[in-house]
Amino acid sequence: MKDVHLISLSVNGNEHELVVESRRTLADMLRHDLGYTGTHLGCEHGICGACTILLDDQPVRACLVFGVQADGCEVRTVEGLADGDQLSDLQQAFSDRHGLQCGFCTPGFLMLAEAYLSEADSSADPESVREAMASNLCRCTGYQGIVEAVCDVARSRHPAGST
Amino acid sequence: MTTVVRKEDPRLLRGVGRFGDDQQRRGQLHARIVRSPLAHGELRSIDTSALDGGVQVVTAADLPGDLRIPVRLSVQGIDLNEYLQPVLAADVVRYVGEPVAVVLADDPYLAEDAAELVELDIAELPAAVDPGTGRTAAEFELGFGDTGEAFAGAAHVVELDFEVGRHSAVPMEPRALLVDVDPASGALDIFGMTKVPVFNRAVLASMLDVDENLIHVHASDAGGGFGVRGEFYPEDFLVPWLAFTLRRPVKWTEDRSEHLVAVNHSRQQRHRIAAAFDVDGSLLGMRDDVLHDNGAYCRTHGIIVPELTLAMLPGPYRVPAYRGRITVALTNKTPCGTYRAPGRFEGTVVREQVLDVAADRIGIDRVELRRRNLLTPGELPHTRAMSTLGTDVVLDPGDYPGLLESTMAEAKRLGYLSEVDTLRAKGRLAGLGVAMFLEKSGLGPQETADVSVSATGAVHVHSGGTSLGQGIETVLGQLASEALGVDPSVVTVIAGDTELQPFGAGSWASRSTVVGGGAVHVSALAVRERAVQIAARMLEAAEDDLVVRDGTIAVHGAPGQRVTLAEVARACQPASPFLLADEPAGLAARRRFEVEHMTYPYGAHVAVVELDEQTGEVRILRYLVGYEVGRAINRTLVAGQLMGGVAQGVGGALFEEFRYDEAGQPQAITFMDYLLPTAAEVPGVNVLISENAPSPGNPLGVKGAGEGGLTAVGAALASAVRDAAGITGSVERLPMTADRVHRLCDMRGETETT
Repeated sequence: MKDVHLISLSVNGNEHELVVESRRTLADMLRHDLGYTGTHLGCEHGICGACTILLDDQPVRACLVFGVQADGCEVRTVEGLADGDQLSDLQQAFSDRHGLQCGFCTPGFLMLAEAYLSEADSSADPESVREAMASNLCRCTGYQGIVEAVCDVARSRHPAGST
Repeated sequence: MTTVVRKEDPRLLRGVGRFGDDQQRRGQLHARIVRSPLAHGELRSIDTSALDGGVQVVTAADLPGDLRIPVRLSVQGIDLNEYLQPVLAADVVRYVGEPVAVVLADDPYLAEDAAELVELDIAELPAAVDPGTGRTAAEFELGFGDTGEAFAGAAHVVELDFEVGRHSAVPMEPRALLVDVDPASGALDIFGMTKVPVFNRAVLASMLDVDENLIHVHASDAGGGFGVRGEFYPEDFLVPWLAFTLRRPVKWTEDRSEHLVAVNHSRQQRHRIAAAFDVDGSLLGMRDDVLHDNGAYCRTHGIIVPELTLAMLPGPYRVPAYRGRITVALTNKTPCGTYRAPGRFEGTVVREQVLDVAADRIGIDRVELRRRNLLTPGELPHTRAMSTLGTDVVLDPGDYPGLLESTMAEAKRLGYLSEVDTLRAKGRLAGLGVAMFLEKSGLGPQETADVSVSATGAVHVHSGGTSLGQGIETVLGQLASEALGVDPSVVTVIAGDTELQPFGAGSWASRSTVVGGGAVHVSALAVRERAVQIAARMLEAAEDDLVVRDGTIAVHGAPGQRVTLAEVARACQPASPFLLADEPAGLAARRRFEVEHMTYPYGAHVAVVELDEQTGEVRILRYLVGYEVGRAINRTLVAGQLMGGVAQGVGGALFEEFRYDEAGQPQAITFMDYLLPTAAEVPGVNVLISENAPSPGNPLGVKGAGEGGLTAVGAALASAVRDAAGITGSVERLPMTADRVHRLCDMRGETETT
């Protein structure tokens, strides 16, 4: 007998109501039940961070959260960043700085960076950005472009003296 | 050159790429592989009685015959048939992770549950874990000149043992396949197969005993390749075969723990290398005896990693006499294949350590010793009496000493040398590492490309290369746009679809820009030529009077008299008055580009490290890659390849290793134990891209860029750690883990005993 629950949540501002098994991960639920396949699974044990999403504004590994735990929550995924075809400043910075190659880890880094930037101020220096980005794994870029992109956006979102 | 926006970026940044696990089909079954939990044993029975009725199980007994995965790259005429991996183990299991059964269920969670209920009765046998105790699958020698004479007449002989640990590519996306099937014909649509899709389609067709046109491998995004992804593995038969047999879509997604025991491992070798020098430090000869651990079977790569190790070992140096001998041992561990810079990562660290030790022994500066022994521009092209990958080793023109000079000058300009001095003055254990390397790229024999223009003026490129994250769509789009005189934004590149490009040879061996790019270049030029021919008819002008620019073809000196490429494409449609009676419709061309020899990029790596004597930590403070690429089609992407290569090299040099216990149980099956470097461990990397030695073997002058960022990282970091620790011998082993470095620090100042 499956142990199922009816839950509701919002993903990128879209309301969803669905029945999920209690053991189903939030990552699988987002990807396969709701079609948000931009959230990727690289390890399913919480190390690589490819599945990082924002759950009520906090960055979490969607592979370590059960779908039912997101009941009543607001989820933000990579699909919510762009405005149609118009990339967000952070996405554009990743492209400008060649902060992605295969793009598999990229959604996780973007969401991690969004969370970091929401707390960072203009003093965000490359060292602290590098430390924050060390939460996730990338196998293609060597991280340099990722760090530069996040630094760029930290500066443009928080001009010196604005905070 | 202006920066070109990567064609791949918008979809990947928006999370709307299409990776292997991103699609679903109505009625799909989910496959889960049951794998051997033991390293070696007799498989007596498989008990599936605990499974409920909704689940199907397949074992070796259900397969159509004794199917084995064939070798893709056969070398040195050595027959490996006896060592090929079966699709499913039938009587004997030979490594932890070997597939023994497949379970199918409607839901992936249920499939995983069911797989755990399959009971395997295995009588355990002794496991060969150390390659010294393994069975020999192959043994061969490569070389030239008289090494006996060289060593007999030497003023200095340096000999050392060096070991490289087992590690591998570990791309961020685990493998995944979705196979859809037409219930009537059995036609298969495959998503998630990459790297060499045309080859894989042929293998699959042969194993299924169907015509290859029944199989369509679609282009898809892939979360990193690095040599391991896209080779033909047991699952690449099992999943399509199940879909074909059951006439239902079948999906399979690997988890990370499976990946770490199932996908090709690489690198594990033990070298005994010796180098002979005259009194001035000029190399007289080299010899290397290598023991290569190939794991339990020979897979698609056969023994090309051992072959490349020997063939590339002399590197960019003048070596009058060389003999490399390798023994390929089979052990009860995951089978091995290529990983980015195969054979060169290993051979480069071994050779460069010998040079470092020799420089100290002879009393010459490390850089000066290299300078004396590098082949000079006047000595190139240089033929070595060896072959690798079925092609003779002919080093094409270049300036190895020039690149070493410019790289060292850049290191100095960036303050690397003074930083080491400053740290040492403060009593810190700082060191400088220098390594020189030779790469190979652009393996032939051919690549084919189709270029066409549709009625809207959109340009389509169908290439046989595949998109693995390297930016191939961008580069091929640039080449097509340059040749056709159109903006890159109107070019769409589809790479690796077997229906759109049935003659593609795939993306590997740093061949895509060189050979795939060459094919796009000649195809696009053919389209341009045809467009000019049709435009001449439309404009009633002579072809020689036409100028192709910005998507238009105009009469020279009469800019008003012009047609757009879209108009020309429409004039090529059936019933057009501009087509002659016997001409085929369409503005398109398919051309093949062939190369006889590979082209050999080269470079130098320089590193500054600091060691923590207490913890054994290696901090990489600075890192520079100097690299000769012939011509950079896209400098940003070349730099990206080099930087990413360095990051992977840092992993192999310091952290990553697949360790096994004495029973053959893998000790690294999660990212808790297999340590990939993060942004905290990978330094910022400086790159010096040189375009001084265009390759004469292709019309673009390019050399490959895929591997040189990684090739010498082990060597440069070993050199730097050795320098920092102040030891007289070699560092003896990669990875230089903290405990190992801690011991090296203890050896500091000890006099050499051997």
